Amino acid sequence: MTANTVARPGPRQAGRAGLVRRALDSEQFNGWAFVTPGVAVILLFGAAPIVWSAVMSFQKSSLFGSSAFVGLANYRKMAHDPVVAQAIQHTLIYTALFVPGTMIVGLFLAVAMNRKIRGISIYRTAAYATMAISTISEAIVFIWLFDPSYGIVNYAFSKVGLPQQQFLNSPSEALYVIVAMTIWGWTGFAVVVYLAALQGVPQSLLEAAAIDGAGPWRTFRRVTLPLLSPATLFLAVWLTINALQLFDEVYLSTQGGPLNATTVLVYYLYNQAFEQFNFGYASAIAYFLFLVIIVVTVIQFRVGRRFTYYRS
Amino acid sequence: MSATSAPARGDLRQRASHGSPATRRRRRLPFSPWHLVLIPATIALIFPFAWLLITSVETPSETLHFPPILIPHAIRLANYSDALASAPFVRFLVNSAVVAVVTVLCNLVLCTLAGYAFARFRFLGRTALFAVIMATLMVPFQVTMIPQFIITKWLGVHVLAGVGINHIGALILPNAATAFGIFFLRQFFRTLPIEYEESARVDGASRLTVLVRVVLPLATPALATLAALTFLDSWNNFLWPLIAVTSTNQMTLPLGLATFQGAHATEWNLLMAANVMSLVPMLAVFFIAQRYFIRSVAATGLAGT
Repeated sequence: MTANTVARPGPRQAGRAGLVRRALDSEQFNGWAFVTPGVAVILLFGAAPIVWSAVMSFQKSSLFGSSAFVGLANYRKMAHDPVVAQAIQHTLIYTALFVPGTMIVGLFLAVAMNRKIRGISIYRTAAYATMAISTISEAIVFIWLFDPSYGIVNYAFSKVGLPQQQFLNSPSEALYVIVAMTIWGWTGFAVVVYLAALQGVPQSLLEAAAIDGAGPWRTFRRVTLPLLSPATLFLAVWLTINALQLFDEVYLSTQGGPLNATTVLVYYLYNQAFEQFNFGYASAIAYFLFLVIIVVTVIQFRVGRRFTYYRS
Repeated sequence: MSATSAPARGDLRQRASHGSPATRRRRRLPFSPWHLVLIPATIALIFPFAWLLITSVETPSETLHFPPILIPHAIRLANYSDALASAPFVRFLVNSAVVAVVTVLCNLVLCTLAGYAFARFRFLGRTALFAVIMATLMVPFQVTMIPQFIITKWLGVHVLAGVGINHIGALILPNAATAFGIFFLRQFFRTLPIEYEESARVDGASRLTVLVRVVLPLATPALATLAALTFLDSWNNFLWPLIAVTSTNQMTLPLGLATFQGAHATEWNLLMAANVMSLVPMLAVFFIAQRYFIRSVAATGLAGT
């Protein structure tokens, strides 16, 4: 092949053509040429908006109107907005229930499914299937399951002698119904992550524990669970980030109601931005949400590090 | 998938003659006791799907009946045609598929190019650019969505209508390359041995040829993972389409379904028929490519550890 490349100018012919050719082949040129399309998209739709919305959070701006700088007015308004206080409370309650709930369900099912028994692929597929359902489909099914008048959950309640509930129509229950539907929706994800981690637990360690006389429960507590801790930390962080950004299910099932009982931060932000068109105020809320996510994630990593064992 | 833990442990304990009578009795069960846990759990996981399917073939009066009718008297498939008649679900499906497939293809091309350059080339500004990209990875979408909306609106008016508000292009372009994809592929490319690339260079191949002919064949698992994750993300995305699209014929499935729900909130049979139609394509794709989806999700989990 090299013998046939007569047409290519060799080093001795280094004229203008050679210079151009070398420039076209340089790491400088190729580096920029390769990254430009992808980076342009990210700069335009990812990086620039970060700065822009920071600026907007100090402005009184809307879709139509002019934008004037108002200093910290948006943030001050937020501090005194009772709905923001409620939204923070609901978001934190939701996160505190959803994240551990999903992790416990996922861990339990993954441990149960981590064995070669008949029909195991059916069980696993049932869990995986929840990953294929969109948040919207999931929310519609659960609104129907929990329908106060005709829902099958109320029917089950009546069968076991429990009183009929209003569920999504009740300010004291709606948020918990949303917790239930999202735990169901995330089960497959948690199972997959925990199953993958369980399959990385070396058999020799479990056998060693058994030889030392540890029962199944102690082996699980003292050997398996510590070896799963990296997966646990990942799930905790990942699920929390998603929980703090809860929106789809709320939008579809309750629109933040009844009586703001399910108004979470992102729902209120959406409402302010795209129903009230208070872009400035909404940007301030968005930055507050960002701050909450950073703080919670940092705390999780700090605390998590103490309980996490990395084998490598 | 290695051997399971419980039987192995049981064997050992018996061999070491620690086995209690209880353990031995349990081992004589004709089936694993874990079935007793897994069967109810699986029913709980499957039940919403089953109830969705049952409701989708009931008559309106059967759905509005208490106690609920668990077995419909007849299978009413007309619900499906009625749902199709009142909202263009085929259109939604095509839109969703176009958006997801084009987004995946754009991501594969753009993230491969950028990820490879960040992994292998030294060029002016590389570190700074990469730092900016990593910073965007940490910012939640809610922070960027308002400017993204304004930019998209501006692009549609001043540059190209096809990528503006109310066109499916607006659902593709902002996600055509993702910081996650670039980071993910860069990390992968760095794990590949550089010798193949160097020898191809010595043979006179251009840098693009090296990437396409030498590196990409080694990268198919990573590309499949990125494709599966991007596809799932795009298919399920709701908030951005909700903001960017208002006209029915540009809607994707989640948005179309949500709009349909708004208009038919109490027609449960139609709503469930529509829901089944929205679900089936994704379930089919998911089960056909189950290995890739599962592996991809597991890979993000393990990479995070």
